[in-house]
Amino acid sequence: MQRLVQKYVRKIEAQGLAKLDNVVFFARDADIYCNRTLRGDEQELQAALDAMNVSSLLFVRPADPYWTVLQQISRQDEAVLSEGRIFPHDAETRTFLHDIPVLDRFSADAIVSALSRRKTAVIRDRGIVTFGAVTPEQAYIMLSSTCFTVFVKYFSDALRRFRSTVADEEDRAAFRRIWRAAEQFFPAMPMPPLCTGLVDDDDTVFAMMADAGRAVVGHHLVDSFFGNISYIVNDCIYISQTGSSLDELEGCIDKIPFAGTSSAGITASSELSAHKNIYRVTGLNAILHGHPKFAVIMSMDCERKDCGRELCYQACPERRSVRGIPIVSGEIGTGTTALMHTVPEALLDDRGVIVYGHGVFTACRDDFRKAFAQLQAVERACVAAYREEAEKAIGSIP
Amino acid sequence: MLMSGYTFRSLHVDLTAGSVETVSTPERLCREYLGGRGFGVSLLADFITQSYNSPEMPLIFAAGPLVGTASPTSGRLSVVSRSPLTGTVFDCSVGGRFGTVIKRAGYDFIKIVGIAERLVVLEIDGAAVALRNAESLAMQPVSAAARAYSSAWSTAAIGPAGERKVRFASIIADGHYAAGRGGLGAVMGAKRLKAIAVRGADDVQVADPEELQSARESVMRLLRTSQAVFGEFGLAEYGTAALVDVIHARRMEPTENFRKTLFPQSGAYSGYAMKNRYHARRTGCAGCPILCKKMGAGNEVIPEYETVSHFGALNANSDLNAIVEANRLCNELGMDTISAASTIACYADLENRTIPPPEILQMLHEIADRQPGRGDELAEGSLRYSSAHGHPELSMSVKGLELPAYDPRGAYGMALAYATSNRGGCHLRAYPISHEILRKPVATDRFSFEGKARIVKIAEDLNAVVDSLTACKFVFFAVSLEEYARVLSAVTGRQFDVQSLFHIGERIWNDERMMNRANGFSATDDDLPQRFFSEPGTSGSLIEIRPIDRGEFLMARANYYRIRGYNDDLIDSGDIW
Repeated sequence: MQRLVQKYVRKIEAQGLAKLDNVVFFARDADIYCNRTLRGDEQELQAALDAMNVSSLLFVRPADPYWTVLQQISRQDEAVLSEGRIFPHDAETRTFLHDIPVLDRFSADAIVSALSRRKTAVIRDRGIVTFGAVTPEQAYIMLSSTCFTVFVKYFSDALRRFRSTVADEEDRAAFRRIWRAAEQFFPAMPMPPLCTGLVDDDDTVFAMMADAGRAVVGHHLVDSFFGNISYIVNDCIYISQTGSSLDELEGCIDKIPFAGTSSAGITASSELSAHKNIYRVTGLNAILHGHPKFAVIMSMDCERKDCGRELCYQACPERRSVRGIPIVSGEIGTGTTALMHTVPEALLDDRGVIVYGHGVFTACRDDFRKAFAQLQAVERACVAAYREEAEKAIGSIP
Repeated sequence: MLMSGYTFRSLHVDLTAGSVETVSTPERLCREYLGGRGFGVSLLADFITQSYNSPEMPLIFAAGPLVGTASPTSGRLSVVSRSPLTGTVFDCSVGGRFGTVIKRAGYDFIKIVGIAERLVVLEIDGAAVALRNAESLAMQPVSAAARAYSSAWSTAAIGPAGERKVRFASIIADGHYAAGRGGLGAVMGAKRLKAIAVRGADDVQVADPEELQSARESVMRLLRTSQAVFGEFGLAEYGTAALVDVIHARRMEPTENFRKTLFPQSGAYSGYAMKNRYHARRTGCAGCPILCKKMGAGNEVIPEYETVSHFGALNANSDLNAIVEANRLCNELGMDTISAASTIACYADLENRTIPPPEILQMLHEIADRQPGRGDELAEGSLRYSSAHGHPELSMSVKGLELPAYDPRGAYGMALAYATSNRGGCHLRAYPISHEILRKPVATDRFSFEGKARIVKIAEDLNAVVDSLTACKFVFFAVSLEEYARVLSAVTGRQFDVQSLFHIGERIWNDERMMNRANGFSATDDDLPQRFFSEPGTSGSLIEIRPIDRGEFLMARANYYRIRGYNDDLIDSGDIW
């Protein structure tokens, strides 16, 4: 278990979720391993683990911008103040997390009680606590998802708040601090070296996809285990497996006959049907799907109030866009309101497509270079669009 | 105030006395054991050292609190008794609509003891309950019992195999939903109970229907995200036979009595092949949105994964028609397909030959009829048969229960879970295939024991809860106990959370373990056939299927005992998580 804990502690640090010293990560089989010596009241975490039928427990004081985001949400959010819970706005996180309890006490009892009902919890002025029922990886995924969803929620709410009320100076100052800290996620880095041209042998396809997946994560275009990637050649789809990390795709790519003659793809990404529909409609052969934060935020930036906001992720009658990039509704997976029905046509515009509250699909021919560039471009456009909207409301952001 | 979701009425049937009594369902039972498997285990505890065919041995049919409500995948029921095959406490979760109709007839469980003087049917028409003479159905196939009642009724019946006490005889609900494993059909046969027929239309009370609807929507959203459930290659599309191709690709399909782990012809009976050959349509259990059961255009019952793989690869047979016919025969004769196919494969191994498909079908009749000679011998199951012939090592079983269609050399969590299972060689107690192959809820390294002792323990507790609710395990490819705690709270009006449910699951598991200990089971029985430690599987395609390292296996098992808090006698030595 030590090996797994150390792996995910390193990932937590590498992805800017928390500093090493602010991570307490327990995992156990018959013996318990913790990444560092406990300090002060952190024994409460061990007591919580002892009282739960789980394999791992993770507590972090997140790094900025997440730390300040949590502080702001804990103090401002109406649902937190009235119900003690954060309700994620983005569709994907909401599907899996439902809501996030906010605890006032750093105690084993409070942690056990919260994590007996939800997968993750925020402890006011302390951090995020979560667990893995099966492996430490689950705890890492939940931490990453929590950070993603509070980030998206903060920026979504801030824009709405700034437009509708006169924000006080404290609010604006906090926003500017958070914005500065968030700049580390903006996709300003140059195009990474990716394989060029059509490839058609298994090993080269696997390697090309693994490189593209690493680039998507490395450029902050997806968090945790979200996102997926596929390639089609010789009537076979190569697609990342469900729950795989895009930065660790070696051995996690399924090769599936396009005609569906084998069900070995039962382990494929939950978006397999969307990918197949995209290939059918567009004739392209490389697809990237990431969850860049500002694309998700801007996809939910809609001021219509008379259309049943709760169902936007399922069906939206409007033809919406951000700087010309189409936004469509659609849920994960299958079903009549699934994104597999809405994304393919929208991709014909050749600029990528944003799925409401979810993420971005891009597609191209031959290799992943153009799809990657489009993914970067979509997020850059959304950062710029957000900044413009925010500055309209609160003035210049340095 | 009593919890909703229960009828708080149950039936006690004494076949010796010919009496039927309606009793109150104890609330303590509901709080501490939930329903289904938990009810059965608790009700059986005082009788577990009795022989399976003793008049005192109860046979219990128990529904869970979610049954008959709008909870997703809750139309199931547990059948519980002592197994004639393994000698362990044994429960089977059975689908169809039998559980739902029992609940709607007004009962939480039916406890049956005694031995009838003549073959009978237990007829439950709401509050009117009677024992009917069934001698005209003697040695008749399962479908004959079902045909005796109109479609308003639901039936659970045994075939000739149950009446002749074949040790792996099954109980078949609604024509083709099996309480398949462990020989509970022989318990029913020993009681001379041919069938239970039930009719009922009462509503099951739900404490908070609005909250239940909301909780149900959360479950449904998660199900739709699952490739394994609703994806184009998932259970809804191909049934459990969807697993044929992926288990083949992972080179862990038990072939020729587990001598190999790859059967090149398995594409002949893949989910895709069967769907196209038989133009299969979706059907399934009452109240289930997944509908993993498949029926052909000619009303052929499309076999489950375990059945096609064991009548296929395990017996080196690629004749799809013969496999489908073997499945039909097992349903009609009332026999567990896994044990039947595995016992025939054991026979083939001992004979050192491949059994041709027509002979396989002939052997099924011989076994069900206990025809003198190999039929009667094989009706005892593979372990008794191979032991009688001096080769117990050729029975690919744990605690006498034949192993299903996942070779443990290709999934080490599965290896440990087979060994620790309270009911013997069963994949469903902990179902590590979920994470080792299907990557749910996360992927684990299938060739490593790292962390697996804890994972298996947690999953065993989880599935004890699932079987007691009584929900379907497939839904847990996509959702977690978190969502079902909410469903259960909405149904009952009592607040459950994940950890409180885990406590119940652990209680059920440890009760089972104590009951097995009372019948002499020890750590020696928590083991795998020697073949898996000494012979490699079929390596290739950059996948190496090595023999399992015995030392690593024993270390993982020791870790499991430590986590469980079991001492040397396998007794729970404390509340250790």
